[in-house]
Amino acid sequence: MKVTSIVDGIIIDHVRAGTALKVLHYLRVDPAKTRLALIMNTDSRKYGSKDIIKIEQTGDLDLTALGFIAPEATVDVVRQGRIVSKHQPDRPSHLVNVITCVNPRCVTTVETGVDQRFHLDDAGVYRCDYCDEKAED
Amino acid sequence: MSQQVDHASKTSSTVVPLRGRSVVTLDDIPMTQILDLLDRAAYIDTHRRQVAHTCDGRVLATLFYEPSTRTRLSFETAMLRLGGQVIGFAGAQLASVSKGESISDTLKTVSNYADIVAIRHPKEGAALVASQAATVPVINAGDGGHMHPTQTLTDLATIRARKGRLNHLTIGLCGDLTFGRTVHSLITTLCRLGHVDFVLISPDELRTPEYVLERIRSSADCTYRETGDLNGVIGDLDVLYMTRVQQERFFNEDDYLRLRDTYILNADKLRAARSDMAVLHPLPRVNEIAVEVDDDPRAAYFQQVRNGMLVRMALESALLGDELPGYREQKEVAA
Repeated sequence: MKVTSIVDGIIIDHVRAGTALKVLHYLRVDPAKTRLALIMNTDSRKYGSKDIIKIEQTGDLDLTALGFIAPEATVDVVRQGRIVSKHQPDRPSHLVNVITCVNPRCVTTVETGVDQRFHLDDAGVYRCDYCDEKAED
Repeated sequence: MSQQVDHASKTSSTVVPLRGRSVVTLDDIPMTQILDLLDRAAYIDTHRRQVAHTCDGRVLATLFYEPSTRTRLSFETAMLRLGGQVIGFAGAQLASVSKGESISDTLKTVSNYADIVAIRHPKEGAALVASQAATVPVINAGDGGHMHPTQTLTDLATIRARKGRLNHLTIGLCGDLTFGRTVHSLITTLCRLGHVDFVLISPDELRTPEYVLERIRSSADCTYRETGDLNGVIGDLDVLYMTRVQQERFFNEDDYLRLRDTYILNADKLRAARSDMAVLHPLPRVNEIAVEVDDDPRAAYFQQVRNGMLVRMALESALLGDELPGYREQKEVAA
């Protein structure tokens, strides 16, 4: 399978197989309005299979959510058709309004105007600041 | 012989004041401060007359969005016994919340009326929202199945009053160990002190969650064992903490009734226990402790109610920054 290379943008590689659309959702990338390529369930030496996301002209794209939804991914920065840097997503100690608490008993389900806040606990798990429920993707 | 340490006396000189802060959980309060609160509660118990005007002119607001008898009365009595006054509501239907007011707006309003707030709310994390909105200290009086810090203080005060220490103890926790927030909080806090052997007694369906077991495992000095047999272990225990199986946790009535009746502590079972074992229960009980046990000197659960009021007196005065007359002087002499 051949996909045209991008000139300026990013390649999010080693995305867990089958989750590329979910990653786009968390990154708030609208596939209908963005020039991008998705490769899903392709071979991976590291993981067996993987997804790859290529996004042209990323602008002010915020990659913070990658630390939660795809921490194992690799981000390649492409400039003028060449990969100029590679890095793993950061796992920030706090996430604000990136993910939503799934606990129906959490106060965030009823209180208006409250940010969805999560913190990274000692075990490397994101938990809701309010109810301590484990974050789910 | 193992060394038995009362940490309160050892660390009291390094206590940082709690004045002005809110208490949503005990997890972010240094152990020195927790132990100091227990010292204050013990002091209050023996100096009722001296502390009776500690909070003169202060107003406590109790915002109880769900039913509670014991906890609300305990908070309110605590403030009245310190010389302060009480306002508030019990039951959300009585308040503006029934008109759709947010917790934040309620707290911003009540902050103008009261010097300190105690809030109980069915939603987990409600007390944190309240503390962020309020301009006065907020005490979490229970936020759903999440946290109930003053119950843990109550439990600690009772164990220390009965056993003289909070470590080098074998503590049995019996009943609903899956949903019992008081059990989880007590274990977590005791793990910070170390040197406790936990005996976790429950039916298979109500075993202790993995994250609580992990907390014990990560504590170098604490151990645990799980069992379904109360009779087999009761003779090993310094403390037996009984819990209620909560009906609202079950979809199936038959499961509830079967598990509710799994462990009933009665005089017959107590025969195998040590003569100085303390029986605790956060109350209310259903049938897990037979009424005949109430007259046994090992029954500590009504003493626990009394300690609940004392620790709330200690906490309310400490958060307000109102010094207990004579307390500091006595502490310095003891040190």
